[in-house]
Amino acid sequence: MFEGVPLTWFLITGTIMFFVGIYGFLVRKNLITMLMSIELILNSVNINFVAFNKILYPGHLEGMFFTIFIIAVAAAEASVAIAIIINIYRRLVNIDVEKMNEMKY
Amino acid sequence: MIDFSYTVLILLIPLVVFVVVGLFGNRFKPIVSGLVGTTGLFIGWVLSIFTAYNYFFVSGKGAEGAFVKVLAFSMRWLNLTDKLHIDMGVLLDPISVMMLIVITTVSFMVHLYSIGYMAGEKGFSRFFATLSLFSFSMLGLVVATNIFQMYIFWELVGVSSYLLIGFYYTKDSAVAASKKAFIVTRFADLGFLIGILMLSYATGTFDFIKLTAPDSPALTSGQGVWFLGLSTMTWSMIFIFMGGAGKSAMFPLHIWLPDAMEGPTPVSALIHAATMVVAGVYLVARLFPIYHMNAVALDVVMYVGAFSSIFAAVVACTQYDIKRVLAYSTMSQIGMMMFALGVSGYGGEEGLGFMASMFHLFTHAFFKALLFLGAGAIIHAVHSNVMQDMGGLRKHMPITHATFLIACLAIAGIPPLSGFFSKDEILAAGHMKSMFLFIVELTVSGLTAFYMFRLYYNIFWGKNTHYHHTPHEAPLTMTLPLMILALGALFAGLVPFASLVTSDGMPFETHIELGVAIPAVLAGLIGITIATLMYRKETNVPERIFNTLGGFSKAAFNKFYIDEVYLFITKKILFNYVSRPVAWFDRHIVDGAMNGMAYVTNEASDRVKKLQSGQVQQYALVFVSGALLLALLFIYLWTN
Repeated sequence: MFEGVPLTWFLITGTIMFFVGIYGFLVRKNLITMLMSIELILNSVNINFVAFNKILYPGHLEGMFFTIFIIAVAAAEASVAIAIIINIYRRLVNIDVEKMNEMKY
Repeated sequence: MIDFSYTVLILLIPLVVFVVVGLFGNRFKPIVSGLVGTTGLFIGWVLSIFTAYNYFFVSGKGAEGAFVKVLAFSMRWLNLTDKLHIDMGVLLDPISVMMLIVITTVSFMVHLYSIGYMAGEKGFSRFFATLSLFSFSMLGLVVATNIFQMYIFWELVGVSSYLLIGFYYTKDSAVAASKKAFIVTRFADLGFLIGILMLSYATGTFDFIKLTAPDSPALTSGQGVWFLGLSTMTWSMIFIFMGGAGKSAMFPLHIWLPDAMEGPTPVSALIHAATMVVAGVYLVARLFPIYHMNAVALDVVMYVGAFSSIFAAVVACTQYDIKRVLAYSTMSQIGMMMFALGVSGYGGEEGLGFMASMFHLFTHAFFKALLFLGAGAIIHAVHSNVMQDMGGLRKHMPITHATFLIACLAIAGIPPLSGFFSKDEILAAGHMKSMFLFIVELTVSGLTAFYMFRLYYNIFWGKNTHYHHTPHEAPLTMTLPLMILALGALFAGLVPFASLVTSDGMPFETHIELGVAIPAVLAGLIGITIATLMYRKETNVPERIFNTLGGFSKAAFNKFYIDEVYLFITKKILFNYVSRPVAWFDRHIVDGAMNGMAYVTNEASDRVKKLQSGQVQQYALVFVSGALLLALLFIYLWTN
């Protein structure tokens, strides 16, 4: 199914996703959006894993497993992060990341 | 040879009592603490007597008929290097066995007495705990196998003395007195420590047996480096004597002893009359073979002793506080013991002064403890320390009166009471050495008799004071020790000391020399007669004599202004010219450096802390740019 699609394309897709994620994480002030940016970063990594596994070691499945792990961990992470965000919202009625500086020095 | 290792129990029992009573004393009724303490000392007393019997009459003598030093128990306590180690142990020889008897007897009596005397006082358990601590330390001091163990216990008795003088810690004068006693003796102990270090540096050992053996490096090797015309050994002996002089209240380090009378009276009897204050005498006796080789050091002992005895005797004649009279009397008697050591030679009959000194220490413990306990009974009845508040007490307190009279006669040296024998030996030893000092000590004897009977008449005869409540005789726990000690004061002189306690362990014969004994007894009788004429009935003679002597009697009444001299030296000179500059240095240079460092750190962190803004995205930006930079760096390095 991927026959004929060169590795570079996958890598380019992954890199674009990664930097979109980084950009979103650094620029957006909304916590939910920042969380979504992190998911983008994670998924760019997943693409890399799958692509390398497919092209370099066609007979092996380690890359696939890793991807599944990362998806599972990302799900857990998302649920925890959303729980935190909900608590922050209850407390501050706001989810702007710049307001969350109570713990500084 | 009998196994003497059980003697370690004599030490351990008071220690255990101290810990138990000190920790749990408050949970029981007070009387339990008293009984536990007294029982502990009673066991120690029985064991001591048993030890003395075994040592003197069963197995103490070596092959040549001399008493040998027995190492009953020894353990390595602090192992610094193979050669340098500090041991703890029990050393038995005639003087330490004699001291065991003295300490446990007096301590037992004082414990028994205190049950009555301290009844109802706040801190009853604390009192008994500290008393046990003192007994333990004092016993450890006398059985010390090496000079370092002695030093440790020496400081421990200092601490327990401090605690007991300051027993009434809510009274300002008691607190001041306890601090004074501690600081003065601590200052003297500095000399002791220097002496120990010099001695052990010169000889390479702490051990008493090695130090005083005939082939000891302290006796045979050279005298070391000379300084100001005296050798190292002589200097070390003089420094060690300084420690002894501080503890034994010798002039000019005596100023703490009269003030120490702020403590409860049983404490004065135990610590400041019979046991702790003779530690200095004991120390010199313990190192006597070395002192004997250093004539100058021994002369220092002799002159300090002689001067202290006459000085204190004169002051004692003018004091009104009965405990202070007794304190100065103690100082005077200890001066005589020091004097006797100072005039003594070593070995056999040459060591008459040594024997006399130990003998006087032994008898003095009985009659002086008796005097103090008697004074305690009187204070208990009259609620005052001053003799103007007393008079005519003989009808109210017959037992105290009788025992007090016995003690006065004993200390005045009237035959056949104990004081006569020991004082006679001291005078005989002095007579052999120097006529002048003999006359000085004879005067001291006369003065002793005078001031003791001045005290006696003022308390028991004299005017008929009107008391608020009629004074009553003390309870049995207080009169029983008085009676037992009175027996000691009566008969302790009959102990054949010359055949038991001598400088080198060889027994010798003594006899009463009439040429010495007659003037001594006469001096005592003259003193008593004058006191009788002056104080038996209330007259104005004492006042007239006091006024005729004018300046001298005023100076004596004010203890020759020694305290004022000390105050002048410390307050005016030391505080202004030493303490203040040192304090300035400490406050500005030492503290300044520390504060400067703290200030710099504080300022620096103030600047840096702004970096921690709490903005997650800022951190992430720094992190990402750092990672990118690193990546670029690696790529750059890789490609080249």
